[in-house]
Amino acid sequence: MGRVNALLLAAVIACALGVITSQHRARKLFAELDAEQAAAKKLDEEWTQLQLEQGTWATHKRVEAVASRQLGMRFADPDTTVIIDRAGVPAAGAPGRP
Amino acid sequence: MKYEKRTPELRLKLEGWRSRFVLVLAMLGFAVLVGRAFYLQGMDTSFLQAKGEERYARVIEMPASRGPVKDRNGNPLAISTPVESIWISPDDVEARSAQVLALARVLDMGGAELRQKIASKDRQFVYLKRQISPDRAAKVMALRIPGVFEQREYRRYYPAGAIMAHVVGFTGVDDNGQEGVELAEQARLAGTPGSRRVIRDRKGRIVEDVESVRAPRDGEEVDLAVDERLQYLAHRELRAAVAAHHAKGGSLVILDARTGEILALVNMPDFNPNNRANLMPRETRNRSVTDLFEPGSTMKPFTIAAALDDGIVKPDTVIDTAPGWIRIDGWPIHDSHPHGLLTVSQIIQVSSNIGTAKIMLREPRERMGTLLRELGFGVAPRIGFPGAAKGLLRPWTEWRPVEQATIAYGQGISVSLLQLARAYTVFTNDGRLLPLSLLKRDSAPIGKPLYTARTVHEVTRMLERVVAPGGTAPLAQVPGYRVAGKTGTALKPENGRYVEGKYVSSFVGFGPVSDPRFIVAVMIDEPEGLRNFGGDVAAPVFASVMGSALRLLSIPPDAPQTLNVKALERGELEANAPGARAPG
Repeated sequence: MGRVNALLLAAVIACALGVITSQHRARKLFAELDAEQAAAKKLDEEWTQLQLEQGTWATHKRVEAVASRQLGMRFADPDTTVIIDRAGVPAAGAPGRP
Repeated sequence: MKYEKRTPELRLKLEGWRSRFVLVLAMLGFAVLVGRAFYLQGMDTSFLQAKGEERYARVIEMPASRGPVKDRNGNPLAISTPVESIWISPDDVEARSAQVLALARVLDMGGAELRQKIASKDRQFVYLKRQISPDRAAKVMALRIPGVFEQREYRRYYPAGAIMAHVVGFTGVDDNGQEGVELAEQARLAGTPGSRRVIRDRKGRIVEDVESVRAPRDGEEVDLAVDERLQYLAHRELRAAVAAHHAKGGSLVILDARTGEILALVNMPDFNPNNRANLMPRETRNRSVTDLFEPGSTMKPFTIAAALDDGIVKPDTVIDTAPGWIRIDGWPIHDSHPHGLLTVSQIIQVSSNIGTAKIMLREPRERMGTLLRELGFGVAPRIGFPGAAKGLLRPWTEWRPVEQATIAYGQGISVSLLQLARAYTVFTNDGRLLPLSLLKRDSAPIGKPLYTARTVHEVTRMLERVVAPGGTAPLAQVPGYRVAGKTGTALKPENGRYVEGKYVSSFVGFGPVSDPRFIVAVMIDEPEGLRNFGGDVAAPVFASVMGSALRLLSIPPDAPQTLNVKALERGELEANAPGARAPG
């Protein structure tokens, strides 16, 4: 009888220790999860900022100014326009420049 | 014995029951304590557990962000991004003078100003700088000055700035929409903050999620029908035109001719939604939606189409408009130039008021009154925009004959530019009027049939002649494409009378005619100078916006011969151009 009790006692203690370690591990993992979630949120916020930055750099006004002033680009005028139909053959109009 | 002498109280003989009484009282007290302890530990356990939990569990707020607004191609138009506000508790600030200087440098503040704020010891909470970027806030916190704290906030940015200002609107300090889409779609855009109960460890890390009290819900994304590129074009051209004519204001609307989606909507004057320090009501007003004007001749196609539909006239019916003025009910009606005999086509082409009025008077009042209402005049458009005007159209039962005649050519009726543009969808959809949409549509609506396809075809031919040489608006021509439209010039009514010299110039048109894609409506308010007819002021804006829009979306030209290029195949050229540009 005494031996069975001792065995059960040992088993109970082992279980208790097991509960403690698994709880501890669960908390550790959860802390990690939480840190990752915070990082995800931070990345999300960075993404909105990058979108904003891209939007600011790519405003049409700026693109137009850069294209015309720095790169010397201009709109294609009708003389230099060739209209090509779906088959890839110029449908109407000749090349403006030889 | 010594004591007894000095303290006479000890010599008193007390009665025995008194000590027993005190003992019983003490025992009773203990019994109550034991009972209470038993009750708390064994019976009502939740109270102490809650008290215990308070020591390690925390309810933390979970902020939700406001949803972004995007254009039809997914470009952000309004976006919320986190910012930090730096505040101090002056009592707790302990900073060496070098630290104060460093702080002032990071915050871009004067050292004296900063010292003054720190010295205001009578306050608990002082903002040093609101809404700075998280990067800068991190630099501030890296100084590790006690008593300096940061607080997270969200700020709404509008990357497109003034170009989109009237469509998107803006939010107030409390992050609620105040104008435009921000107000109209407030319910969808707004996020609901949540909260959760967690367990923190000694180091402040969250180690367990006890329960989620309320899950946070971020605001939804709102996809507008607007195309940012078209909006930019429209904004640029309208701004230039308003400046060139020293006009009081102007509006421009581009509609998708097939779906009724609003692709661009611009007003002048405008404002910068990112910096609203000196905002004026006249700048924030969304004129194309809220302001009314007398449309003038842009109304004529609807009158003529009704007469064609009812078989009252044919395109080649001749009407006498001599000698350039007539009297109806004693009221004179003038043409800008006397014309004599005109066909119905020519009435549209040269924009004759007399011709239109005469045709209108052959129609029953009831028919025109109902038709105009069905076209959306006098009815607020259902697009969810705040303050959409319904316009002024008196019930037909009260019309006098002269009123019926003037309404035919767009005076005595007030409309918003958006209503006018929408009414033109009948000419791009075989006579069916489309409902408008500010939000991106998945499929084209069917629309309500108001005219027959045959009539629409005939009226379109007439409207094409308006932009041909000999019409009122040759400046509306777009090289490479067939376009059609109508000018409008109306005197502005002020205090019930028309004021000479104050005009509203407008042009509404669509293209390409062979398969219409866009409807462009332009309105310029009080252009200065002699050239204030719609054909001179509004038509060039139409031409440049329509031309750029068609090229931008790579829509194949349906009149390539007008590009001044030689055709490779004669036959194809003729198939593409059925003599549409012949002067009428």
